[in-house]
Amino acid sequence: MPCSARFLDALRAQGYDWFAGVPCSLLKGVIRRFDQEPAWGYVSATREDSAVGMAAGAWLAGRRPAVFLQNSGLGVCLNALVSLNIIYEIPLLLVASWRGEGGQDAPEHLVMGEIMTGYFDQIHLPWRHLQPGTIEADLAAITQEIDRRRVPGALIVSKGVLDASR
Amino acid sequence: MRRAEAVEAVMRAVGDRLLVVCNGMIGREAFTHGDRPHNFYMIGSMGLALSIGFGVAQCRPDRPVVVLDGDGNVLMGAGVLASVAAAGQTNLYHVVLDNEAHGSTGDQRTITETVDLTALARGAGYAWAGRVEAERLAAELPAFFARPGPAMLLAKVERGNVKGIGRVTWTPPEIARRFAQAAQAGRTGG
Repeated sequence: MPCSARFLDALRAQGYDWFAGVPCSLLKGVIRRFDQEPAWGYVSATREDSAVGMAAGAWLAGRRPAVFLQNSGLGVCLNALVSLNIIYEIPLLLVASWRGEGGQDAPEHLVMGEIMTGYFDQIHLPWRHLQPGTIEADLAAITQEIDRRRVPGALIVSKGVLDASR
Repeated sequence: MRRAEAVEAVMRAVGDRLLVVCNGMIGREAFTHGDRPHNFYMIGSMGLALSIGFGVAQCRPDRPVVVLDGDGNVLMGAGVLASVAAAGQTNLYHVVLDNEAHGSTGDQRTITETVDLTALARGAGYAWAGRVEAERLAAELPAFFARPGPAMLLAKVERGNVKGIGRVTWTPPEIARRFAQAAQAGRTGG
């Protein structure tokens, strides 16, 4: 069941106040809300690593940023995460879709879908698989990890959770 | 003019503006000629200096933000020129030192012998983008900073590095902490 509205409420409740990203069909419910409600200030970036760079700037200026992306964009973001966020201790929430989950998807998504959780493990970043029943708790838990370790952390989003705007 | 001299001119003119400096020798020269808490030295993540500066500028619309960039960096992260232009980020000032080379890795050529980065910026929709002789940088920067942004000022500089330019001695977390303090000074919510 779609949880975009609940997820946005939870983001606000956790203090997230700056948003950017590159869309994914699995995240289109949230992105549609961002587009319909300009008060969110969502920045539509040209590349995922550019969104990560902007978010680092926003954090330095005192905000709590979140970046939305398809997991394919994690490949684009690797250098930004390891040579900017991690070494400077700049926190960030990544909300990444899980294309290729379970090996059931278009060919271009299968490899990243398979290695996605290993990607975060390899660069020692915390991640959680967002569950529709525990949205608030999942977001609170990853936020706590992000704050405690001063690193980026990821919420991994399966198909069917954030793809409708309700 | 040597790039280090051009960086020195920028550091003299930058005043109390927030400054994000790209990776490579430009950052080390900025550190050598004008270290201060308002400088964010991006030592890795090539191509992202303007993205970082844009993020700062978005969240501090009351403060001018300068990004000191090189041609290799601008080309690598060129997409963000469009983001900056689309946002009409009036407090963002993009100073580009163009030696048509990757100066930190042995002066391998880039492609700015033929590609005009100011045309790229104008095409994206910067409010203003123009070139200046490097020798005129010191004289022109005050007027440049008085324009509404997003604006790009590009100066061609000689290839090659001068001796005696050390690495940034602050650790990355120290760079982030002191810049954050400078960037958040006088912040009034939002």
